[in-house]
Amino acid sequence: MSTAVAQKRGLGAMIWDYLTTVDHKKIAHLYLVSGGLFFLIGGLEAMIIRIQLMKPDNNFISAGLYNEMITMHGTTMIFLAAMPLIFALMNAVVPLQIGARDVAFPFLNSLGFWLFLFGGLMLNVSWFTGGAPDAGWTNYAPLSTTSPGHGVDYYVMGLQISGAGTLIGGINFLVTIVNMRAPGMTYMRMPLFTWSVFVTSTLILFAFPALTVGLFLMMFDRMFGSAFFDVGLGGNVIIWEHLFWIFGHPEVYILILPLFGAFSDIFSTFSKKRLFGYSAMVFATVLIGFLGFMVWAHHMFTVGMGPIANSIFAVATMAIAVPTGIKIFNWLFTMWGGQIKMTSAMLWSIAFIPSFTIGGMTGVMLAAAAADYQYHDTYFVVGHFHYVIVGGVVFGLFAALHYWWPKMFGKVLNEKLGKLAFWPFFIGFHLTFFIQHFLGLMGMPRRYWVFMEGQGLDTGNLISTIGAFLMAIGTIIFLTNVIYTSVKEKKVSGDPWDGRSLEWSIPSPPPHYNFVQTPLVRGLDPLWVEKMDGKEGMTPAEPLGDIHMPNASILPFTISLGTFIAGFGFIYQVDDPVWLIAVFAGMGLTLGSMLTRSVKDDLGHHIHKEDLEEDIKKGAGK
Amino acid sequence: MSSEDVLNPKQMPHDPEKATLEGRNKFLAFWFFLGGETVLFASLFGTYLALNGSTQGENTPEHLFGLELVFIMTMLLLTSSLTSVYAMYHMKNHNFQKMQLWLGITVVLGLGFLGMEIYEFYHYIHHYEFTFRSSAFGSAFYTLVGFHGGHVLFGLSWIVTLMIRNQKRGLNLYNAPKFYIASLYWHFIDVVWVFIFTVVYLMGKVG
Repeated sequence: MSTAVAQKRGLGAMIWDYLTTVDHKKIAHLYLVSGGLFFLIGGLEAMIIRIQLMKPDNNFISAGLYNEMITMHGTTMIFLAAMPLIFALMNAVVPLQIGARDVAFPFLNSLGFWLFLFGGLMLNVSWFTGGAPDAGWTNYAPLSTTSPGHGVDYYVMGLQISGAGTLIGGINFLVTIVNMRAPGMTYMRMPLFTWSVFVTSTLILFAFPALTVGLFLMMFDRMFGSAFFDVGLGGNVIIWEHLFWIFGHPEVYILILPLFGAFSDIFSTFSKKRLFGYSAMVFATVLIGFLGFMVWAHHMFTVGMGPIANSIFAVATMAIAVPTGIKIFNWLFTMWGGQIKMTSAMLWSIAFIPSFTIGGMTGVMLAAAAADYQYHDTYFVVGHFHYVIVGGVVFGLFAALHYWWPKMFGKVLNEKLGKLAFWPFFIGFHLTFFIQHFLGLMGMPRRYWVFMEGQGLDTGNLISTIGAFLMAIGTIIFLTNVIYTSVKEKKVSGDPWDGRSLEWSIPSPPPHYNFVQTPLVRGLDPLWVEKMDGKEGMTPAEPLGDIHMPNASILPFTISLGTFIAGFGFIYQVDDPVWLIAVFAGMGLTLGSMLTRSVKDDLGHHIHKEDLEEDIKKGAGK
Repeated sequence: MSSEDVLNPKQMPHDPEKATLEGRNKFLAFWFFLGGETVLFASLFGTYLALNGSTQGENTPEHLFGLELVFIMTMLLLTSSLTSVYAMYHMKNHNFQKMQLWLGITVVLGLGFLGMEIYEFYHYIHHYEFTFRSSAFGSAFYTLVGFHGGHVLFGLSWIVTLMIRNQKRGLNLYNAPKFYIASLYWHFIDVVWVFIFTVVYLMGKVG
């Protein structure tokens, strides 16, 4: 129904639709497109870094620009690419997996997206207004507090705005998973992806406020003359490191856990088996989430916290290897004896296991506090975290996109092109980052603009750069696949993989109310349970009736736009108080929009039974 | 339940704040949100504790703080928490006018607190030249206490907005959750103040 109507309407109507939408499936599209765009920008920055390091004493870009590149590469990839792409998957899949018609707070869902987007735009505007942030993605004081120009100010305001969006999204998914599950969908019947999103949302809730405070302190120091990190006035720069990593370490689990969940669903589907050790997987996910908060200071072993603190954080860090190991073995045992189908999604997933395990192993090496004095701030660390983030998160995103693409867009991504994209990316990834471990052990520090000739670093860096180009080729082939599929490929049924969970029981893409009738869940892998009973689709848990749906609204956009305007005001009022006008105008727009939201009743609307019956005739029921 | 029923004051069940799915969602989400707020204030308290000795030799906590004013402020805020409980009690008994009355008293007490806090800051700045910029302790003090004060201001604006918006139409299932979570917010502000009173003022004076 909706697609045919959308095609007939003009471009303006479609833009307005996306600006005001509160439908989780459309918000997933928005996250996917903007996250993908930032992924390309971050990738371009990575290529520039690798070209600069291609040969000794290179002069491809200046030292200052290089600092901006490494800072923006890290910040963009973590906050503006990986996070929104994960939110795209969460939005596209979680409500469907639990049998809900939308998230708990559709309005807040939209607000979270627009805050993220305006925060990301704010960061990237800095390229055109006199220089991007240049103090590294960790933004340590006093390097950041004394960095000239406004680059770091953009970092502070951009991340503050997009961080607020992420926090809102996290709370929304927590409540969605607790309150919106279909009848029979108990906690221990939830698909692993939903479980991991649940744990991730908890981490977001408790980790992001620490970043919020850190960014506020940084903002006050840089823009309002406070002295938190000013040692001359009694400040303490280590406070930033603690606050940053109290957020920052849970953040890496926020990134990887949803993909762990996606891998679990993918392995199970393409092995035609239920997940091996389901309850152990849930337990391991929760334990990783819990331990993720206990290890932040392993980023600070060389700060001088003393042997006792270092030992405690070292042991806690190594302990995380245990639940992670449980997961690795359970994935292997899920495949063991299964009818494995080597789709592109499965290819990325299988490649993830050894790649991520190498990253985990170097993680345990880094956790040894005494040895870390040798590794700290070298390319060994760079190799390690790219193995977990690219080998885990990026492989996971590719796998999950291949797996859920038909659910989101109704078409299976071309399998031949999918595999063609995989191989250069996979080989390029190992070429780029494996050698970096050895460069690091040989003493190459991270974040240096040039290295000298004759230090034994030439060949390793050249290999690393060649690998980066292969990864770029893989990415380009994947993008080609997206375009090719949307133009050439045919529509598929709602269940192209012979799936097991609820999202495969409805059409692709789903109608905007998802389920005509809320399904009744009778076990783990609910759709598979019905299939084994010889039934077509789910048993409904309610009679056909009117469906209550939320109304679209432009207010999330205006609230976020207000913070964007105010952000510029805050940055430039240091130079000229006239900019305070922008602060007041922006905050006025934000608070005014919030006030409007508060006083204007928004009761949603109903889709009537008769219209649903029309839709069923066209196939919405199945 | 159709939208007319939601807005009908005569259809009120027990616990009107949790009678609809929207209400239950808001109730749960707000508790989660307060969990996040706890981390926010914990970070600010941690920062304050790390910096409260960094006074640069002047304007130390013992020298600055007067417990008399802070004691009155504490009493005002604690009492306002109690009056907001009365308001919620009347909400559960569907007595809209009494709920409004007690919310009004809550707002007056909150305004009293805020006024005294503004006076306190004014006093420090003009009589002691103790500012946000004078030392790391100054930055940490004004940030922690100021964040709390900002929360008080936001809470007051929120409650007043709800009171004015619903003055004519009374209580219904749509606005009951809104009143309820605003009162939750108010309690949270109160709890944070108890910690500020202890950690900042008592420990500053005695510790």
